[in-house]
Formats: sequence, C-alpha cells, structure tokens
Amino acid sequence: MKAGNEAAGAANAAPAKTQPEQLPVRINDKPYYPDGDPQMPLLWYLRDVLRLTGTKFGCGIGACGACTVLIDGKAARACLTPMQAVSGRAITTIEGLEGAQLHPVQQAWLEHDVAQCGYCQAGQIMAAIDLLARKRKPSDDDIGEIANLCRCGTYPRIRSAIQRAAVLMAEGNS
Amino acid sequence: MSPTLALTRRRFLKFGLTASGALLVGYRCSAAARATVPSELLGDDLVSLTAFVMIERDNRVVIGARGCEIGQGVITSLPMLIAEELDVEWSRVRVIQLPYGYEEVDGKPSNRYGDQFAGGSTSIQTAWKDLREAGALARWLLLQAAANAWSVPVENLRTEAGHVLNVDGRTLSYGALARTAAALPMPANAPAPKDPDSFKLVGKPIRAADGRRIVTGQNRYGIDEYLSGALVAVMLRCPYLDGTLESLDDSEARKVRGVRDVVRIEGPKPGEPFDGPLAAGVAVLADNTWAALQGRNALKPVWKQGPWAEESSAALAARANALLDEDKDGIEVRKDGDLAKSRKRARHSLSARYEVPFLAHATLEPPGALIELRQDGALLIASMQNPSGASRVISELTGLPRDRIEIRLPRSGGGFGRRLENDFVAEAVQIAKLAGKPVKLMWTREDDLAHDFYRPFGVHALSATLDRRNRVEGWTHRCAATSRTYRTARMQDDPAWTGCLEPDDFPAGLVDDLEKTFFPVQSGMPRGWWRAPLHTFHAFAVQSFIDEIAYEVRRDAVELRLEMLGEAREISYRGHGGPVFDTGRMANVLRLCAEKIHWKEKRTDGRGIGIACHFTFGGYTAHAFEVSMDGERLRIHRAICVVDVGRVVNPLGLEAQMMGGTIDGISTALNLAITVRDGQVEQKNFPQYPLLKMADAPKKVEVHIVESTRDPVGGGEMGIASVAPALANAIFATTTVRIRKLPLLPELMRML
Repeated sequence: MKAGNEAAGAANAAPAKTQPEQLPVRINDKPYYPDGDPQMPLLWYLRDVLRLTGTKFGCGIGACGACTVLIDGKAARACLTPMQAVSGRAITTIEGLEGAQLHPVQQAWLEHDVAQCGYCQAGQIMAAIDLLARKRKPSDDDIGEIANLCRCGTYPRIRSAIQRAAVLMAEGNS
Repeated sequence: MSPTLALTRRRFLKFGLTASGALLVGYRCSAAARATVPSELLGDDLVSLTAFVMIERDNRVVIGARGCEIGQGVITSLPMLIAEELDVEWSRVRVIQLPYGYEEVDGKPSNRYGDQFAGGSTSIQTAWKDLREAGALARWLLLQAAANAWSVPVENLRTEAGHVLNVDGRTLSYGALARTAAALPMPANAPAPKDPDSFKLVGKPIRAADGRRIVTGQNRYGIDEYLSGALVAVMLRCPYLDGTLESLDDSEARKVRGVRDVVRIEGPKPGEPFDGPLAAGVAVLADNTWAALQGRNALKPVWKQGPWAEESSAALAARANALLDEDKDGIEVRKDGDLAKSRKRARHSLSARYEVPFLAHATLEPPGALIELRQDGALLIASMQNPSGASRVISELTGLPRDRIEIRLPRSGGGFGRRLENDFVAEAVQIAKLAGKPVKLMWTREDDLAHDFYRPFGVHALSATLDRRNRVEGWTHRCAATSRTYRTARMQDDPAWTGCLEPDDFPAGLVDDLEKTFFPVQSGMPRGWWRAPLHTFHAFAVQSFIDEIAYEVRRDAVELRLEMLGEAREISYRGHGGPVFDTGRMANVLRLCAEKIHWKEKRTDGRGIGIACHFTFGGYTAHAFEVSMDGERLRIHRAICVVDVGRVVNPLGLEAQMMGGTIDGISTALNLAITVRDGQVEQKNFPQYPLLKMADAPKKVEVHIVESTRDPVGGGEMGIASVAPALANAIFATTTVRIRKLPLLPELMRML
C-alpha cells in the first residue's frame, strides 16, 4: 500500500534522503519528506504509509479525537490536518512517547486501568498530555474540556488518571 | 499431545510436551483426533499447539485467551480462571490471544477452544465451567509428577505460586516438573477444580492483561492490520433501504491517483434474510485509504429507491400508535389470571405510552475486515464478536471448507452487538473475489451510522390496576415495535416479539392478572442486537411506569417495587439469564441503591433523585441518580450503580463494565436516536449522533458490587437497562416533567 513514492511499511519507513527544497516533517524525532498527495490527512500518512497505527480513525471530521496527536506539542486532530500543513513541524504520536520508561500519563493510565476497548485511549492520552502541559494542576472543569469521545464510558477513570499523572509529573520535576 | 480425558461425550482434555520441554494443556473435541502430528514438529507456538496453558522449563507460564476481546475484559478474566486453578503468580503469566479454533470432528463443526462468541454476557459463565478444568488438570499433573519425583503420597504436597511444596520443606518449580508431568498417563477422571472459597487470584482486582500495549499504541486492532499486496477498499452504499444501483459513472474515480479498481457489489434481495452485504454499492480499491476515499467522492452513482422510499420515523410512530389504538390481532406473549376482573374491582387504573428509538452501535472502531483469498484457503483478520459466523460467511461465498479458513481475533474497538453480524466480512470477500487481490475493507463513520443493524424502534403501552390498598393487581404491557426477527435467518421460527419483549420479565409472576401483547410494525430498517438488547428496549417503559404509579397514588417508589417483588424467592424465568429470577436478589440491590442515594432524605436544593432496577441475563442491577437543571443543562451530581452478578472474577473489570454501562446508558438515554426519513437514515456522523462527552458525564459512578458466593454470570450488559428509567425518574423529581420518549434531552427541552 504505497502512497506515491513514500516509504511504505513500518519496517522500511526509514527517514527519507535529504531533499533540500522541502522542510521535513519530524515524526517522533525522525525526519520524513512525504511526496504523495499534499492534501492527504496526516492520519492516513501515519497509518497507511508509516504504519504508525496507534493513532486511530474514528470519524474523519475531527469530532471524536481518536486521531489526536501532538503537533509542536499541541493536541491536534490528525484526520483534519493535511500533510502540506505539517511541513517543518514536529509531530508526536502515541508511539513516540515512550522513552526508557513510560510517560507519566501512560503510567497513570495503566495504574488506573483506564482502557476498556482501548480504541480511543491513545487520543485521550495525547489530549491529556497537552492539557497537563498547559495546566500542571488541572481542575475538574479543565479536564472536562477534553472533548475526545469514549464509547465505552471510561471518563471517570480518565479523570482520575489525569489527576494521578499530574502528581507523577510534579514528582518527576521536583 | 496425546493423552486425553473425556469431559463430555465430545470434549476432551489433553496434554503433552513441546520440543523444548514445556508442558502443554488444552482441549480437543474427539478422543480419536485426526492424524496426530508429533509435538516435536509443531515447534513451541501455543497457537499451533492449540493449548490453553504452557509451562516452560524456566517456570514461565503462557496462558491462551480464547474470547473475542471487545472491551469487556475477557483477555484478562478468562486467563485468570486458568491461572487460579493452576496456582501461578499472575505477574509471571504471559497472556496471548488465541485465534478462532474451528475444527471438524467426525465431519461436524467444532471448536478446539470451546465457546469464542462474544454476546449475551456468557463468556464468564461458560469459562467458569470449562476453563477451570484445564487449569485443574495442569495442576494435578504437576502435583503427580512431584509425588513421583519425591516418592511421597500426593496428599503430602500442595501448590503455591508456581511451585509444588512438600510438607518436609522441599519445593520444586512447575518448570522443573514440566517434562515428567507431560509423560504421565491421563487421570481416570477430570481433576476437580478448586473450592472457590480457597481462591487467591479470582476475586482480586487485576488490570488488563494487555494494558501496556494499549497505552503505548502497540496493540493492533482489526483496523490496524495490513497485508502485503492488499488494496484498501472503501464502499459507497445505496442510502435507500433495499435500494439498488441503477447506473454508475466511475470515470473520475478511476482517474484519482492511487485508485486501482472500481467494482460493484450486489445488495440483499428485498425480503430475504440479511446474510451478506447490507446494501448494494460500489467499492473503490486503492493503494491507501485516502486515495480510496478520494475515489469514492468522485463516483457518480444513480440510485434506485427501494420499496421503503416513503419510510419515516414519524410514520412508524404513527403506525405503532394506531396499532395500539386499534388493539386488534396482537400476538399474545403472556397471559395470567383475569384482567377483566381486576379492572372491574380496581380502585385506580393508570395508562401511559413510552417510545424508544432505533439505536446504532457506533463502535469507535468502525466495522472493517482484512481478507486474503487463495486457491486453497483464506485468512481473515477483523475485529469481531462472532468468528464462527464469519467462518460460515466466507465458506459460503468462496466454497472453501471451513477448516481452510484462518481467522485471527485482534482486540476490537468496541462491539456492543454490531460485530455479531458479519456483513462487512461478506463485503470484503466479495470485493476480494472481484479484485483478485487481498483486500482491507475500511468503513467510515458515515457508513457505520447509515448501515447498521439497529436496536428496534417501538411504543410501549402500559396500564395497571390497583386495589383499595393501592397494590398493583393487574398489569398490561402492549408493545408495537419493529420486530427484531426481521430478515434474520436464524430467528425465522421465533415469535415476532423475540428480542423486544421477555414474557417473564418484571412484573410477570408477581401480579395476579397480567397480559403482554405484541404488535409488529413493518419497517425496512435492518435490526440487530444492541447491548442488553430487549432489556434496554423495555426497562425504560416498565421502570418509568412504576414511578408514575407511585406518584399517582402517593406511594414511595422504592416501597412499591419492594412490595411487588414480595418475599425473597425464586420464580420461573424462561428467557436468557434464567431459569429463575430471584426476587430477593433484586430487592437487595434496590434497597442498597436506595440507601446509597439517601432515598429517604428530602432534597430542598432543587435536586431530584430517581431510581430503577432491572434483571438482565442473570444479573441484578439498580441505578439511582441525583440531578438538577442548570438553565437548560442537566447536571448529574451523583450516579449510583449496584450490581449482583454472583461471585466476581475480576472486581476491577466488573467495576469498569458497570461504570461504562452506566455512562453508555446515560449517553444513549439523553441524546441518541437513529431516525429515518424518505427511506434513509438521517444521522451522518457524531454531530448528529452525539455520544456523551466527558464534561457532561458524571465525574464518578459509584459502583457497589454485592458480595456473593453464587456461580458467576457476566457483567458486560448488566449495567445499562435501568439507567434510562432512573434518569427519567430523577428528571421528573427535579422538574415535574415526565418524559415518556427517548432520548430524554430533546424531549425535555421541548416540554420545559
């Protein structure tokens, strides 16, 4: 499943060779030079081209948030973001969070056993990271601003996991 | 694996040794299995060995999870049952998902793993009976091997945390015993599972076995699978119920970069069972999803409207009400006593009608399937609830024998009943046949909402008569609805009310004079099972009506329910979840729920409380809510859910199901409806089918689980039926507006 001349498949999705006329899109700290349809939403580039399938498709119109990624550190809907808009930008997907250990938000998600079907959770985690970057101690109303849909109804555990992540992150910074 | 032990006439335990010296325990369906492949040739893969348990020489334990994981937690709870019997530390257990285990035994379809179907909340009950035996056998073998090694009676030994312990202080790890255990003869009888009172793991809160893979994005759902050489297919389906494709201009679509082919798919024949695709359509095949979607946008089809071109929700509601008004030729569902008599001596009589809409499943991962067809076999990878149905569909469409069809069961992004159907598998097979290539079929949200098997639509007409002491004596439940059995091949012999009404549901058997009657409403909308199907369909009416009665005769709504339930006893219940309904267990969850919401406390702050209870598939649930209106916004201050499902396997998982069921219930009751107009579904995407957002959900669902030593039932569907009536009753308490039509919020806004 190749899109134009883009590298296909996770296995051989190595960073492309330098093409000086185009700024690379950095995805999880690797540069890419997509040369497919510039209108292709980032969601399908991540999934079909790079096989980074942690970012999910749920609605295609930015309503559900299953495709939430970070663009320059801010939560954005990958299904509404065309590739031409991310040239020169840095994108983090759920696969890019884990370093030597889990991100505190992932850790909190595990501790609170948030997931049921789990399909929306990558998007929820990315939205939570964005929130915690803006508000170190989010209020209930702050958390309520996250408009990502969960069909299974895990919202109460998402709330407690975000509060737990805030504590973990404060501990990590001290 | 050679030694076998008969469990029933057709199911046998088996065990054996792998090439690397690991002990395996599994099932097989015939003592005289097909030509046995020596295990040395099979390698060390649990799946190819078709086992549930593998104990490796280094004492690592692998447990196979057989269920379709759709968010209900079976990838954790079912292996827990095996690990408990085996006496191993959960932290040392690696869980792997098993594929669909079709095999033929004496020419008859069978499953080497037992039941893999995810529907009706049955996984726990079934596993309670059969999976524990597999763990018990493994433990028995290890004990026996240790007894032989030490030449001591087995009574001197016990097991703990992956070791056999001798009374003299010596220990041996399971891993060290694996090789000799595998060489033992099969016991004469199946080793008895543990006394549940001695459980160490079952009953403890355990997190999802694959939780880490979920939070790191590594878990692969059906939609995440790719196959070399496969094309992505997206379909444009006829928007009219039973409509057809009259003509097609696909020239622009074929010009889209990346589009490889455009093929036509036949729809179902009007009136015939839905056993293939749900709608006629056109599939665009492309190199990737975006190209396929672009290609689809460029299609210029001319649709021919089908026989349902005039259908609308307004007309269906009018027809249902007209049938109830006419009250002729209803199908008798249950009839007790003499209603005419109780009407005659009634001090009070009340009637009300309640309307419930069609619902879509809206699984967050839309339907889809990845399929590869070869001359000699097929591979299907899809998120599903009913792999056996998928296997039949593929076999029928390809002519391939079912044992040549490999089906993998990835984690599913929700099920809720949608994936009990395999229309999307049939589509993928037909497209792959026409394209001559493997196909990854993708559905969009628009496809999903417009082409579902919807929860039926209907109107419930309830009436009750009360005696001089305001006790309910007579009860009539007449329901006019779009029958669930419509064009469902396996329900053709079922009465039309199946899936809409349950003859023995509350208050049947508790009032002397009772009639339940069904009036089928013709409709072209496909119908299916939707989480706790008939229970969400009628509990809203029944449990709202009880409150209306209580209000009318100034009785306490909890007291009235308890009086109707009467003394604690078991009464006959022939529906799924029977054979008995225990009035005491129902009363207990109701009482507990009333206590938790402080039912007796008068609210003076404008808040209102509402309560309801219901019996679903063997589980007893009560809900209570405390709500208030903040301008036009409904605020849910407290949400309480009390449940009794017998012994609890994984309390953390059960709590999640009840919390999730409660929120699903709130989401659905407040806002969700599928409507039809001019023969088409009106809702396009989430803005028109607005699932509850976090800001509108209660911050907490207070789940209370009744401790019990009864054999367990599942929890997937028990947390939802009593939500809508409890909410409607709470809204009445705070606004004095009685809402008799779902969803509640649009109705409330209309009536306020």
